[in-house]
Amino acid sequence: MAEFKLPANSTYKMGKVWKAESSATNIKIFRIYRWNEDDGQNPVIMTYEVDLDKCGPMVLDALIKIKNEIDPTLTFRRSCREGVCGSCAMNIGGLNTLACTKAIKDYKGDVAIYPLPHMDVVKDLIPDMSHFYAQYASIKPWMQTQTPVPSGKERLQSVGERKKLDGLYECILCACCSTSCPSYWWNSDKYLGPAVLLQAYRWLVDSRDENTGERLDDLEDPFRLYRCHTIMNCANTCPKGLNPAKAIAEIKKMMIERQG
Amino acid sequence: MGKMQTPLGKVRGLGSAKNGTHHWWMQKVTAVALIPLTIWFVASLVQLTSSDYEAAFMWVAYPLNAILMILFISTGVYHLKLGIQVVVEDYIHVEMTKVTLQMIVTFGCAALGLTGVLAILKIAL
Repeated sequence: MAEFKLPANSTYKMGKVWKAESSATNIKIFRIYRWNEDDGQNPVIMTYEVDLDKCGPMVLDALIKIKNEIDPTLTFRRSCREGVCGSCAMNIGGLNTLACTKAIKDYKGDVAIYPLPHMDVVKDLIPDMSHFYAQYASIKPWMQTQTPVPSGKERLQSVGERKKLDGLYECILCACCSTSCPSYWWNSDKYLGPAVLLQAYRWLVDSRDENTGERLDDLEDPFRLYRCHTIMNCANTCPKGLNPAKAIAEIKKMMIERQG
Repeated sequence: MGKMQTPLGKVRGLGSAKNGTHHWWMQKVTAVALIPLTIWFVASLVQLTSSDYEAAFMWVAYPLNAILMILFISTGVYHLKLGIQVVVEDYIHVEMTKVTLQMIVTFGCAALGLTGVLAILKIAL
């Protein structure tokens, strides 16, 4: 059943307030979701005052400053700090995005930071991605061919054929789109979600791949593909500016096309 | 499901149902058909507001109007059925409740469509 209210063990209270030094003049307030399975408590929202004069420009800089200088128990994923790895995907100011590519100054007032919506939380801002990754694995995201590899050569692709991958290959699988999709919230057990479907399309349009039919067979399902109701949250939230909804629409068009 | 099942095992599940395209396509086809039919129906209703019972009766009895009315009702109810079916699939995850509701939707829409069409036929024939 779709859930419209937080379960009892997920409702949160306001937690501790960490004050900035009294000398700080340029203070930004961050309200951050905290939850730790080990203490058996409900989640709390902790308030951190950060002196922006002594902080880098991005939201991730503030998170790292909090962890380094204010509260070392704050837990989050980060790696590349330049929007390539997708590790620091989280819900900032009500929109799923990457903490490393969002400037603090783009947020008016307090900055609210939560983990990606509707995912099981491992700790604080870290969601459990194992189901999402299994869905990615299920679409077989590698090249499948019948023709043997040309000896000593690559499989060739024309400039035009390669161009079809633009707007698809840039996806970093940060899961911002999938976790912003209400259809994915209610039915992620079976619905593959925008990120994985965009990746599926990336292989469907790759001119070198020869298993297009089998790939379409696997997607031909009322839930796996057709739970997309073109809500468009995916395109709205994608931190890389991609359009998963369009990729999904293209898959549906391929489904129709092969029927004659 | 046991808790030891692998994530990929869960995702692969019972496999693809190998359908869904027909449902999606029929929803689009009926939606397109309903654009002119609805415009025609609303425009006709507006025109009929100043008519008495006798004139409205004669309007339905006119063959072209009867045909378009039957098309409008059957297409509309089919579209309705496809739409509610998706809403139930989206939000109801208890198997028994889901199956029961889907049957009620199917029977209800069939009854609704048939009643409408029979009413038109009784006047037109």
